[in-house]
Amino acid sequence: MKNIHVSTTLNGDDAEFVCAPEETLLDALRNRLGLSGAKEGCGTGDCGACTVEMDGRLVCSCLVLGAEAQGAQIKTVEGMAIGEALHPLQQAFIDHAALQCGICTPGILVAAKNLLERNPDPTDTEIRYWLAGNLCRCTGYDKIIKAVQIAAADMRGA
Amino acid sequence: MQYMKPSTATEASDILARNEGAARILGGGTDLLVQMRSGMIEPEMIVDIKHLDGITDITAEDGGLRIGAAVSGQRLGEHEGARAMWPGVVEACELIGSTQIQGRCTMAGNLCNGGPAADSVPAMIAAAAVARIEGPKGARDCPVEEFVTGPGKTVLGKGEFVSSIFLPARPKAASDAYLRFIPRTEMDIAVASAGVNIVLADDGTIKSARVALGAVGPKVVLVADAADAIIGSKLEDPAITALVRACEAAASPIDDKRGTVEFRTTVVGVLAKRAARIAMDRAQENATGEKT
Repeated sequence: MKNIHVSTTLNGDDAEFVCAPEETLLDALRNRLGLSGAKEGCGTGDCGACTVEMDGRLVCSCLVLGAEAQGAQIKTVEGMAIGEALHPLQQAFIDHAALQCGICTPGILVAAKNLLERNPDPTDTEIRYWLAGNLCRCTGYDKIIKAVQIAAADMRGA
Repeated sequence: MQYMKPSTATEASDILARNEGAARILGGGTDLLVQMRSGMIEPEMIVDIKHLDGITDITAEDGGLRIGAAVSGQRLGEHEGARAMWPGVVEACELIGSTQIQGRCTMAGNLCNGGPAADSVPAMIAAAAVARIEGPKGARDCPVEEFVTGPGKTVLGKGEFVSSIFLPARPKAASDAYLRFIPRTEMDIAVASAGVNIVLADDGTIKSARVALGAVGPKVVLVADAADAIIGSKLEDPAITALVRACEAAASPIDDKRGTVEFRTTVVGVLAKRAARIAMDRAQENATGEKT
């Protein structure tokens, strides 16, 4: 088993890490790069807690090899706030209690951000289908959908 | 384990051939990584094919479209030309998994997995799609309906892998549709499914048709009797009844926790009927340029 050296772009900055060939991007982010925002929920691509953006598309980082990040643009929840200023989605989730335990929240924030970049004015149904792969066992989803709508309205106004 | 990133099809095929049984292809990884992590498989070598020429491209060819083996579901869905020409294939592929899975999953992977409930496969078979296979002796083509030989089993031999799927050209007055039944609204595997592809004659009757059924047998089946039932008709009631009967007769599903034999058999007929009507509406719209 030979470790692999990977050069990637992480939240806009150059990043390098060394990982085992079978190591997932999720494990590389958490254990090699110290970014613990993405969570391991199911490990099978069903729950979305490990959601990150790879070259503009949402992926379950538990189903991506770290080695595949070579040359890619990776964005995680850690890249959403600018300094101390939270992203409108992050602020809306706090202001409108769209989280309880918080395990699913980083994945949902990353997925919702990607949606609003493609569709700044989604319907509730569009949000629900887009986030169908992000499971939350606490909130019942209503407050999440409302917070995404509030953030979307805020971002359209900005 | 080793991670390999070949840059040519020959190199990829050579690695596969030299490591028969021990090497696995990595495209979108949405099946492979799940199988690896659950311990179902323990490959010694992963061959990432995403760096081969054209493998992530959708290109026009002979009036049809060649879909690279690493084109994701989301990317296919974003392609206006694909949506216009083969809406049934695109809607089937877009039903695979969540948004996150759509960012990586591929039609080629869905096919190579060999599952009877694979969403894109009935639609591809109805479309008369052809898989391009690269191997030690060069490239060969295989109609999608002949590709899967049993659950998880395919025609792929030593050193072979799928590099693209070809969706053929079609006349203007034609279209297709795919429907599946799942007990929830998203994120599930088909309990029964149907893909229907039709071409209309000048008088508006169905000139040719292909009907493929999923999840009602050990593999996806092309049902010639179902197509014959609607050819020559405008989907009047007797033709629809004959279509439903033919689909029910072709269904040989299993009983499991997700559906009984009776349920799957009945539902697959209903899905074929509805998919045929959607395909008909789309084909008429294409023929006349007007929404029906």
